[in-house]
Amino acid sequence: MAMIFMREDRQMAGSEEKRGFWGGLREGLRKTREGLVRRLDRILSGKARLDFQTIEELEELLITADMGVGTVQRLIQKVDSTLRGGSGQGPDLIRSRVKEAIVEILQPREAPLEVDRARPFVIMVIGVNGVGKTTTIAKMGWMWKREGKRVMFVAADTFRAAAIEQLVAWGDRLGIEVVRQQHGADPSAVVFDALQAAKARSLDVVIVDTAGRLHTKTNLMDELKKIQRVAGRVQEGAPHEVLLILDATTGQNALSQAKLFHQALGVTGMAMTKLDGTAKGGILVALAWELGIPIRFVGVGEQMEALQVFRAREFADVLLGDEEG
Amino acid sequence: MFDNLSEKLQALFKRLRGHGTLTEANIQEALREVRLALLEADVHYKVVKEFIESVKEKALGQEVLQSLTPGQQLLKVVHQELVRLMGEGERRLNLSGSPASLMLVGLQGSGKTTTAAKLAKWLRAQGKTVGMVPADVYRPAAIEQLEQLGRMLNVPVYKPAQGEDPVSISVKSQNWAREKGLQVLILDTAGRLHIDEPLMEELRKIKVAVAPKEVLLVVDAMTGQDAVQIAQSFNEKLQITGVILTKLDGDARGGAALSIRAVTLRPIVLVGVGEKLDALEVFYPDRMASRILGMGDVLTLIEKAQAAYDEKKALELERKLRKEEFTLEDLLEQIRQVRKMGPLEDLVKMIPGAGNIRGALDPTFGEKELKKMEAIICSMTKEERRNHTIINGSRRLRIAKGSGTTVQDVNRLLKNFLEMRKMMKKMGKMRRFAMGRGIPLWSR
Ligand SMILES: Nc1nc2c(ncn2[C@@H]2O[C@H](COP(=O)(O)OP(=O)(O)O)[C@@H](O)[C@H]2O)c(=O)[nH]1
Ligand SMILES: [Mg+2]
Repeated sequence: MAMIFMREDRQMAGSEEKRGFWGGLREGLRKTREGLVRRLDRILSGKARLDFQTIEELEELLITADMGVGTVQRLIQKVDSTLRGGSGQGPDLIRSRVKEAIVEILQPREAPLEVDRARPFVIMVIGVNGVGKTTTIAKMGWMWKREGKRVMFVAADTFRAAAIEQLVAWGDRLGIEVVRQQHGADPSAVVFDALQAAKARSLDVVIVDTAGRLHTKTNLMDELKKIQRVAGRVQEGAPHEVLLILDATTGQNALSQAKLFHQALGVTGMAMTKLDGTAKGGILVALAWELGIPIRFVGVGEQMEALQVFRAREFADVLLGDEEG
Repeated sequence: MFDNLSEKLQALFKRLRGHGTLTEANIQEALREVRLALLEADVHYKVVKEFIESVKEKALGQEVLQSLTPGQQLLKVVHQELVRLMGEGERRLNLSGSPASLMLVGLQGSGKTTTAAKLAKWLRAQGKTVGMVPADVYRPAAIEQLEQLGRMLNVPVYKPAQGEDPVSISVKSQNWAREKGLQVLILDTAGRLHIDEPLMEELRKIKVAVAPKEVLLVVDAMTGQDAVQIAQSFNEKLQITGVILTKLDGDARGGAALSIRAVTLRPIVLVGVGEKLDALEVFYPDRMASRILGMGDVLTLIEKAQAAYDEKKALELERKLRKEEFTLEDLLEQIRQVRKMGPLEDLVKMIPGAGNIRGALDPTFGEKELKKMEAIICSMTKEERRNHTIINGSRRLRIAKGSGTTVQDVNRLLKNFLEMRKMMKKMGKMRRFAMGRGIPLWSR
């Protein structure tokens, strides 16, 4: 009996006491960071310049953060050349240069989602199976509801067993209406009906949950295109946001995911989930470098409050273990 | 994304031709490429480092076989070493006891629930009576999900009492299974982070309480460097008995498989290759090795193809495919080459992502079929072979008669031929490397 609530309590306590609802990314990523700080300190202490060994260790640090070997090499080259010829190449300088280089790459992608541009503002949430689409929808819904917005969820994952029930359960918990049809229904038909209702009632935000799918399956990508088209038919400009969810545990394949989803649908924003684990999500740096897609949120837990707006500097701080920022 | 390594190595092969043994100097550059390929495939940094060292040790001083260049020889060592590290042949699940409990554990979203259902279906097909147990009381509608899957498969699912905790569910389900006479019980546990102490402790309690015959770690094939930490933690706390790798139907190179093997030494038992409930396969180390390297089973292909194929013809064919000038005449040529190389099934199996291609090909596509196709094309006039569009009804009849086949056979060949052209166009650019050896490989 008690078990079910234990977890919830634990999470609530963690999030309210230490973090506050929309507090910095830091708390959520503390676990990730600790190991990293120690390693970076070791790497950088007493090194005067980027010698061969330092480079190799730096490379290891960044590659094990899933930044990808190509990105890491480019990054190190960039840092190395800014240091060369300069004077006073102490460890602090190297650390700040590495961080600055990462911030420089991430900063242009820091663009929080503005949902006041349209009413209703329609968000279509996409991604591969199990990355955390439905949970992120719940978190976003909760965030906007708390801001006093009128939110609607649309259960357009009619494929996976109990996917509709999952979203409905969240809707009940958060007090957010969920538009649904039966399992196996045409997802674009669900979206069509939902959008008409939302438009008639002039709701603020409509979030469409879609079934997870691998980016390599063209027929399933076509299904998403259809949903997108249908949304646009009900309301001009909809969906206003095509939000791709990525899992921090994912390695280099996230690049392929982002590229293929983007190619098919024109992704307008990304969110990265599961940063509360030990995965570092370094692939975001590669993504920021290669694609011009804004990064909206990071997910740091399973509970509804565990969503934070993406901040480039915070992310880089955390990645490189710099407490002071 | 599959092109890189093979192209680079191809270039290296050429440069390295003519050396007698593998030396530090002639393998250094190739090893660097292999290292990059492994890192790009998400093999853990440290695992890569160790792997490269061991390959180097094995390779140095080896004599280069007559038919191979040093680069090819090295790649052979790399490949063998990968296979050795990842495999110990097919591993059967331990299903002794009544019931035999199998416990699925892993991170959130790794695919446990779907895998539970696939496993149920798979084991039932082997004649076992199977039940499933939803021990995920946390994620909204997780229990409902397993119940629905059970209904779909007609597999019984234990019904937890309101508010029942996972340990109690797991324990009580044992009696339930005995009452129902079930032989195997699959426990679907909640996804959790490996660093979540209370939840890991919960798993340990379940394990102690039900003494499962297998504790299977379910891991997403797309997992990055963190795979090492995940596998290590789960293994330390639960002594996993095997690994199931999911979502291999995508384009992930799956380096996590090697990382996990390296840190747990546990076998990869099964792989998930699709959302359908029969998309579960046994694990083949050699295919996985090729996939991680980002190429088909290149060495075998090289060896088989080299003997049989004239490179110039291959290049010409490649050009034609690109320009869509591929004709029935060319198809005939291909068929003859393929027949020289041995059973087609075997060749197709060596290609990563062969599932796609196999699906597109007729399942009866075999030696006999090739012979028939050859006969049909041979009964066509030169003109017909060069321009398939002129082959009308009466010509089809004549061709069928001439080749001792039926009009349906001729129709099917033409249909397959058109499909093939279409597929080639769709699948995009050919793998130049493999094409150079006469086997079309497609990147997905
Ligand atoms: N630890 C953690 N788990 C998450 C996070 N986001 C989602 N999850 C979990 O990941 C699993 C899959 O999430 P779900 O939303 O169903 O994924 P979907 O298939 O993409 O809709 C669930 O168990 C979620 O609780 C996160 O930020 N951190
Ligand atoms: Mg979902």
